Amino acid sequence: MRGYLLRRLLQAVVVLWAAFTVSFVVLYLLPGDSLSIRLGGLEGTATPAQIDAVRAEYGLDDPLYLQYAHALGDALGGDLGRSAQTGAPVVRTIADALPQTLALTGCAMVLAVLGGGAVALAATFTRVRALRQVLLSLPAIGISMPGFWVGLLLVQVVSFQWGLLPAMGNEGFESLVLPAITMALPAGAMIAQVLAKSLTTELAEPYVETARAKGAGRVRIHLRHALRNASLPALTLAAVVAGNLLMESVVVETVFSRAGVGRLTAAAVDTQDLAVVQGVVLLAAVVFVVVALVVDLLYPLLDPRVGRTV
Amino acid sequence: MTTATGFGARVVPAARGHAWFVVRRPGLLLSLVVLALVLLAAVFPTLLADGDPLVGTPRERLQGPSGAHLFGTDQLGRDLFTRVVHGSSLSLRATVVAVAVALVVGGGLGLVAGFVGGWLDAVLMRTVDVVQAIPRLLLSLALVSALGFGTTKVAIAVGVASVASFARVMRAEVLRVRSSVYVEAARASGVRSGAILTRHVLPNASGPVFVLAALEFGVAILSVSALSFLGFGAPPPTPEWGVLIADGRGFVATAWWLTTFPGLVIAATVLSANRVSRALDGERRRER
Amino acid sequence: MSGGLVRGGRARRSERAVGVVPAVAGASAKAPGAAGVAGASSTPGASGGSGASSVAPTEAPLLDVRGLRVSYRTSNGSVDAVTAADVSVLPGEVVAVVGESGSGKSTTAHAIVGLLPAGGRVGAGRVLFEDRDLLGLRERDLRAVRGRSIGLIPQDPMVSLNPVRRIGDQVAEALIVHGLASGKEAAERAVAALDEAGLPEPALRARQFPHELSGGMCQRVLIAIALACRPKLVIADEPTSALDVTVQRHILDHIEELTHAHGTAMLLITHDLGVAADRARRVVVMSRGEVVEQGPAERVLTDPEHPYTRRLIAAAPSLTGRRVRPRPVRDPVPRTEPLLTVTGLVKEFALPRTKEGPRTLRAVDDVSFTVRRGETFALVGESGSGKSTTVRMILGLEAPTEGRVLIEGRDVTRPGRAEARALRRRMQLVYQNPYASLDPRFTVSEIVEEPLRAYRVGTRAEQRARAAALIDQVALPADVLRRKPAELSGGQRQRVAIARALALEPDLVVCDEPVSALDVSVQAQILDLLSRLREELGVSYLFISHDLAVVRQIADRVGVLRAGRLVEKGACEQVLAAPTHPYTRELIAAIPGRRRPRPLGAVS
Repeated sequence: MRGYLLRRLLQAVVVLWAAFTVSFVVLYLLPGDSLSIRLGGLEGTATPAQIDAVRAEYGLDDPLYLQYAHALGDALGGDLGRSAQTGAPVVRTIADALPQTLALTGCAMVLAVLGGGAVALAATFTRVRALRQVLLSLPAIGISMPGFWVGLLLVQVVSFQWGLLPAMGNEGFESLVLPAITMALPAGAMIAQVLAKSLTTELAEPYVETARAKGAGRVRIHLRHALRNASLPALTLAAVVAGNLLMESVVVETVFSRAGVGRLTAAAVDTQDLAVVQGVVLLAAVVFVVVALVVDLLYPLLDPRVGRTV
Repeated sequence: MTTATGFGARVVPAARGHAWFVVRRPGLLLSLVVLALVLLAAVFPTLLADGDPLVGTPRERLQGPSGAHLFGTDQLGRDLFTRVVHGSSLSLRATVVAVAVALVVGGGLGLVAGFVGGWLDAVLMRTVDVVQAIPRLLLSLALVSALGFGTTKVAIAVGVASVASFARVMRAEVLRVRSSVYVEAARASGVRSGAILTRHVLPNASGPVFVLAALEFGVAILSVSALSFLGFGAPPPTPEWGVLIADGRGFVATAWWLTTFPGLVIAATVLSANRVSRALDGERRRER
Repeated sequence: MSGGLVRGGRARRSERAVGVVPAVAGASAKAPGAAGVAGASSTPGASGGSGASSVAPTEAPLLDVRGLRVSYRTSNGSVDAVTAADVSVLPGEVVAVVGESGSGKSTTAHAIVGLLPAGGRVGAGRVLFEDRDLLGLRERDLRAVRGRSIGLIPQDPMVSLNPVRRIGDQVAEALIVHGLASGKEAAERAVAALDEAGLPEPALRARQFPHELSGGMCQRVLIAIALACRPKLVIADEPTSALDVTVQRHILDHIEELTHAHGTAMLLITHDLGVAADRARRVVVMSRGEVVEQGPAERVLTDPEHPYTRRLIAAAPSLTGRRVRPRPVRDPVPRTEPLLTVTGLVKEFALPRTKEGPRTLRAVDDVSFTVRRGETFALVGESGSGKSTTVRMILGLEAPTEGRVLIEGRDVTRPGRAEARALRRRMQLVYQNPYASLDPRFTVSEIVEEPLRAYRVGTRAEQRARAAALIDQVALPADVLRRKPAELSGGQRQRVAIARALALEPDLVVCDEPVSALDVSVQAQILDLLSRLREELGVSYLFISHDLAVVRQIADRVGVLRAGRLVEKGACEQVLAAPTHPYTRELIAAIPGRRRPRPLGAVS
C-alpha cells in the first residue's frame, strides 16, 4: 500500500512538471513578442535603457533552456513569478481568489451529482415511455446550452422579473445560488448522460437477469445491482468534470461579476498577464491530479476486479 | 436468396433507406433542417435577411420582437435577426477551422502513434495525458493569451485544445482495428503493411473519429462563442454570436431579447449538431 | 439473413471469456435475428398432436405451455420469435427443448418466467404453472414465483454474476428476497447451498468475487442460486455451452443429481442433441419459432417423425456416426512425404514479475508433429491448451521461443523476408469466427481477391474471374460477390473465408476451429465442403478443434494437446477407439450423446 501511494505521488509530480513544461512552451515559445507583453503595452514610451533593464530582469537574453531552468527552479521553490499587471506574487494572487471559487465549484459539484444522478436514475427506472424519452433528452439539451447564456437568462428571470436572488456580487450564500446552478448545468448533464448510458447497459447485462430470476424487485435491482456497476464509468470522469467545472468559473464569474479565480483568469488573458495564466494552468493540473488520485484510491473499494497493487 | 440486378439496384434502396431512417426520426429531421438553415445563413446571409447588420435606425432602438423585427432591435436600432444571420458566417467559419485543426492534427498524431507504436507512441500518449489534465477552456485561454486576440486565433486555440482527445480516439481505433481478426487474416494471407494501413485500418478506424468531429462541432461552437463572449474574439461592431450576447448583457433587465435570441440560436445549432452526431454514431454501431 | 443468427458465445471456446463480456448478449442480441429464419419450410400444426398425448393422463403437468406466441419489436416492425410453442413438464420430469439458434427455444424459456428482453412481447398463449396462468400475473405475484418456485440457470456463467458483489451475498439474496432467511442465517444457508452445488471450499468462495472463480465454478454458483429456494422447476438455458467439454459433463451430472434428489423438474434448453439424449426423458424439438416434434427421448432420437428432426440428427457429430466421406481408396501421392514438420516447438510468455523474479508461462511445450501431403491432421484440446498459439507460430504470426517449423524441409521460422512471404503463400488460414475475420467494409469479391492482389497474381480482371470461380467452388451463388459480410449468414461467411484461403492455391490450409461458431446443420455442410475440396484440390489440412466428435468426421490423424503438451497422437480411429492417455479418455467420455443404448447419428 505504501509503495503504491509513493508511486502515485511520484506520478502526480511528473504530471505537474509536465503541465508546467507544456504551459511554458505554449505561453513563452509560441510566436508573439513576450517582451512587449511583459512591458505591458509600454513599449511605445519606454526608452532603450528601460527595455534593456526589463530584458535583463526577466532573463530574456538568456538562451531558452536557461529561461526554462530558471522558471522551473523558481516554481519548485513555490515562486511562480509576479503578475505583470499588479506586480503581486502570482501564488498569493491566486490563493486570495481561490476560496470564493472553491465554494462555488463545490456547491455546483454537489448540485451536478445530485441532479445528474437523479435524472439518470429516474430515466432508467420509469416504465412510462414518454417520461423516459423526456428525461433522456434533458442531458443533451443541458450540454448544448452556452453557460454564459444560461446565467444571463437566470439573472433576467429570477433576479429582475421575480426579484428573488441577487444578480451579481460575492455577498453571502444567496449570491452563490444562481452561479452554482449555472455551473452545475453542463456538469450535471454530462453526469446524467454517462450514468444513464451505463445504467442502460448494465440493466441489459445477464447478471441482472439472474437477479430478476431470483425474484428480486425492480428497486433492489436498480440500486443494489446496476447502480454500483454503472457508477464506475461515471467515476472515472470525475477528474475531468471537476476540472471543467473549475474553468466554467471563468465564464460564470464574469457573468455574475463575482471575484474569484475565473475572473482573475479572464482578466489575465485580457491583459496577457502570462505569469498569472500559467499559475492558473498549474492550479487546474493540481486539481486534476488530486481528484484523479482520490478516484484511484476509491476505485478498488467499488470494483473488486481492480487490485490495489495495479 | 434474392438476386440483385446490377449496382444501381443496390444503391437506390440504400439511399431510400437513409431517407426513411431520417424521416422516421422527427428530432433528427428537425436537426438537419436547423443545420441547413445555419449553413444557408453563413453562405448566403442576404437570402434570409437583406438588411445591413452594421447600420441601424436610431428611431427604432430597443424594440421588442415584432413582425418587422423578428428578434427585436438593439440599442442602436440595428435589427437583431439580421445581425444573428450575418454573424453565423463568422461563427461557423471559426468552428470549422477549430474542428479541422483538431481533426487533422489530432487524427494524424493518433494514426502515427497507433500504427508506428514503440517509443513514439509512448511519448505522444504521455503528452496527450498531460494535456488532457488541463481543462480545455483553460488551454484555449492560455493559447489565446499567447497568440493574441481575433476570431481566427480563437478558432485555432479551440481546435488545438481538442487535439488530445482526437489523438486518443484515433489511436484507440487504430489499435482496435489493427488487432482485429480480419487484419490478422489479411496479414496471414500476405498483404503488406502499407496496404493494410490504407485498405483496412484507415477506413475502419476513421468512423468513430468522424463521429467525434461531429460532436466536436457542437463543442467548438460553444467554446468559440464563450471566448467571444469574454471579449477575445471579433472586435465589437462585427456581428458574431458570442459577441452579440456580450453586447446584450448590459440590457438584461430591460431588453431580454438581446441575449435570449442569439443564445437560442447557439443552443439550437449545438443541439442539432449533437443529434446528428448521435445518429452517425448509431449508424456506425449498426454496421458492425 | 441477419448477423444475429449465431451467437458468438455458443462457441465453447472460453479463452476470451475471462473477465470480458463475450460476444453473446443473451437473448436480446439475437432477438431480431430470429426474424430472418421464420417463414420457410416448416409445417404448421405438426406440433399439436404429439405434445398433448405424450403426457400421462394420470398426472397433472407442473408446467403446461399452450400455444405460446412471442414477438419482438424491432426497428423494422414486429417480428415473431416464437409462433407456436407447446411444452409441458410433469413434476420431477426432465424435458429437453432442442433447436438451433433462432429456433425460439431460449425465448420460450424466458417467456415462461416473464423475463423477455426489452421489446419482447407475448402475443398469445397460456403458461400454466401449478394451475395458475403466469402470463396473467401481476409483476409482484410473478416475482414471488421466480426463484421461489421456478429457478433459472442462465447461459453464460462468466457474465451472469454481478461482478462487484460477493458470491455469498448473491446466493443469499435469493433467500432474502423471498423472506426465507435473513442476516446471518441467510449467509450460512448460502454457504450450504454452494457446498451442495459442488463448489469446493464454499465458505471461502462465499467471500470471493466472481472474477476470482473459473467459468465452471461460476456455473456452480448459479446452480446454487437457482436451487437455493428448492424450486419445483428449474429452467436451464444452455447451462454448459460456454464451458469446456470436460467441465460441461461434470456440471450436467451435478445438476441431474441435485434435481433428482430434490424431485425438481427441469426444462433443459440446449442446441446439443447429445446433451438432450443423455439427460432428458422427453425431448421437444423446436425450429423457426415452433415446436415441430415432441415425445419420449428414445423415440424422438431414434425414430424421428419430422423431417427437420431427421436432418438435425443426421447432422449431429458423434463418435459412432458416419464420416463426412468414406475413406478415399485413391492414394496417388505416397503418404510418407511430409509437407509440414514441426519439431520441438516451444512458446513462453512473460508473466508479470513477482518477488521470486521473472516468471514465464510455457503456453506451448515441446510440440512435434508432421502433416503429410493430402492428409488432415487434427490438433485437439480445450481452451488454454496452446493450440491457437501453435497455429500462430506455424503461420509465422508469432515467433517461437524454441523449435522449428519446416515446410518441405525449409525452415519457416527464420527465413529472409522474401522467402518468408513465398513460404507463407503456401499456408493459408481459416479462422474460428467468420464474423470477425472478414473486413466489414469489403465486398465478398474484394475479400477473396485480396490475397491475389497482395501477391500480384494476374490482372484485375483475372483476379475477379478467379474470385468468382472460387465462390462457385465453395458452393455459393454468384450474387454474393457484390455483398458485404454483414448480409451473409454464418455458414456463408465461413465459405467466403475458405474461398479466400484457397485463392493462392496453398498446399496447407490451417483451420482454426472453423465450425465451432456455427449451428450443427451448418457445421456438417462446412465439413462436407472442406472434405470435398481436399479431394478436388489435394490440399492438406491442419485442423484445430476442441470437439473430438467433429475431428472424427474429418481427420486422418489426430494429436491431443493438454496444457501445451502433445499427450497423444496417432491415427484418428485408433486414438478414439483405444486412447492411451487418461486425458484423451476423459475427453472422449465427455462427449455428449454416449449414454443412449442406440447411439446418436446411427440413424442416417
